[in-house]
Parts: sequence; structure tokens; C-alpha cells
Amino acid sequence: MRIRLNGKENTLAPGSTVADALALLGAPESGVAVAVDGDVVPRSQWHTALRDGAVVEVLTAVQGG
Amino acid sequence: MSEDQLVIAGREFGSRLIMGTGGSGNLSVLERALVASGTEMTTVAMRRMDADGGTGVLELLRRLNIQLLPNTAGCRSAAEAVLTARLAREALGTDWVKLEVVADEDTLLPDPHELLDAAETLVAEGFSVLPYTNDDPVLARRLQDAGCVAVMPLGSPIGTGLGIRNPHNIELIVARASVPVILDAGIGTASDAALAMELGCDAVLLATAVTRAHQPERMAAAMRAAVEGGRLARRAGRIPRRFWAHASSPAREC
Repeated sequence: MRIRLNGKENTLAPGSTVADALALLGAPESGVAVAVDGDVVPRSQWHTALRDGAVVEVLTAVQGG
Repeated sequence: MSEDQLVIAGREFGSRLIMGTGGSGNLSVLERALVASGTEMTTVAMRRMDADGGTGVLELLRRLNIQLLPNTAGCRSAAEAVLTARLAREALGTDWVKLEVVADEDTLLPDPHELLDAAETLVAEGFSVLPYTNDDPVLARRLQDAGCVAVMPLGSPIGTGLGIRNPHNIELIVARASVPVILDAGIGTASDAALAMELGCDAVLLATAVTRAHQPERMAAAMRAAVEGGRLARRAGRIPRRFWAHASSPAREC
């Protein structure tokens, strides 16, 4: 299945979860947050399967402001 | 001065200078500047995670034990800012947010309508909202009434270093504020920070003026001294301005 991960198309095995998408980015355990289709997915729900075509945004803190 | 603490949303701060992390090209330079500034809270921005990993700024701030104030920089609508705040809360475990909703990239001035809309939504969701706002006393009042825990009027547009362009508006905001007023944006040098405090602001938030100074650590120390000096002067009460000279020595009988 295909997802859009931080603006780029990616192919994942069917049934892949939010955690699998995070692994693609090499995201650390802490300091990141995920939105799927515009809604925040709490850490406790990262085992949730993604739908085909999901838009996944993974954010972290950087210098600014 | 422990009897003169800054209190925001029930949390006490010994330092009235809040130094952000933006604009520094080097983490060790940033670290020395943050330490020299004495700041107890600092801003970070939320951005897409790259495959090449983070910037290390979170690790640095945890080590220095500085409270995080995530911002919503780059957001142009209330919806975008609200989502960014929710993501920041999830990522960083804080419900404090520096709310920024800007109207365009040339001025980076806050969009009043979107800002107020986002503030109302986030307050209802339990966030402690610190909005970056125009130097507009009416908007500042509306944000305060919406439940924001501080209001943060600009001195001049972000990164310009033009100082405080409308000191009277800042005084008007201060005069009617029931929450802390934090002068945010536009500070160019130490005298600007001192003026903000003399006008009655409770704190100053700056980043560029330090991080892009020729010597950031030294400028951070200058800003710290300026904020402390300005605060003391405000509390001491300045003399009235006079048009004519007024002798400070007793009249001499010649």
C-alpha cells in the first residue's frame, strides 16, 4: 500500500502501522508526534494500521522562535 | 531578586528574559548564549522529521533544564496552528504554546482574526496559550479575555531589529493587562530590551538579536543586564520629563 509520508510517496506492506511509518524515517522514541489525515495519533495508538493513501505527517522540535 | 518573580499560569520564573533558539547556526554557540542569558524557558519550532534525524536541540535543552515553549511558527491559518499545537503537546509533553499565526511572509505580522480564533480553540482544549500579537491594545485585550495566560506584543516585525516602534501602544497594553505582557520580536540591542521593561512589560522574548549578533554570548549577557536594569528602573519610578532645566545643586549666592 502507498502512503504520503512527510510529503513523499512511500510504499509499505499491507497492514503496516503508524509505528512502521515512523521506522521508515528512523524517528526516535521521544520528541516526535504524528498526524494521520490531519488528526493527531497519540503514542498509545501507534500500533494502529494505516489505510491505503493515508497522509502521514511526523513532526519534531527544531530551533526556532 | 526572589521577591520579584515573573509568574505565568502559576509557574514562577526568576528570569524575565526569555531567549528563543532561532537563528543560531551552531549548537555550542547557542548553549553558551542560553546560559549567559539566564533564560529559564525557550522556544522551539515544530517541523517535519527528516530521515537524517533531528537537530539535537531537544537534547541540549533537556541537559540545560530549560522549559520548552513550542511555537506554531510558519502557520498561516487557525486550523494549521491548532494542529501544530496539538502535535507539539504530543511530542514534547507540554501544554504551553507560543501561538503564532502570521498573515504573510514579507511582514510576518500576526493575522488578528486567525490568531484569536486559534487562541479560543486552544484555551478550550486546556492549553496555556502565549500569543504573539500585534502591538494593538484592542487585540491584546481580546486575547486576554479569551483566556490566554500572557500576551506577547511585537516591538517591530520578527527579525528586523527595529526596536519598539510604538511605545505608547505597548504602554496601553500594559495599562489594561491582567496577565503578563511579554515584548516579543523586534529587539535589536540592549537598549530596546531595557525600554520594553521601562514601559512596564513583564518580560522580553528575543532570539535573533542574540543568535545573529557578532558575539552571541556577550550579547546574551547584555540583554540579561538590560532586562534587569529596565525592570529595576520601572519599579523605582522614573522622574517626570521637563522642558526646562532644573538645577540639581542648590542655588549659589554670588
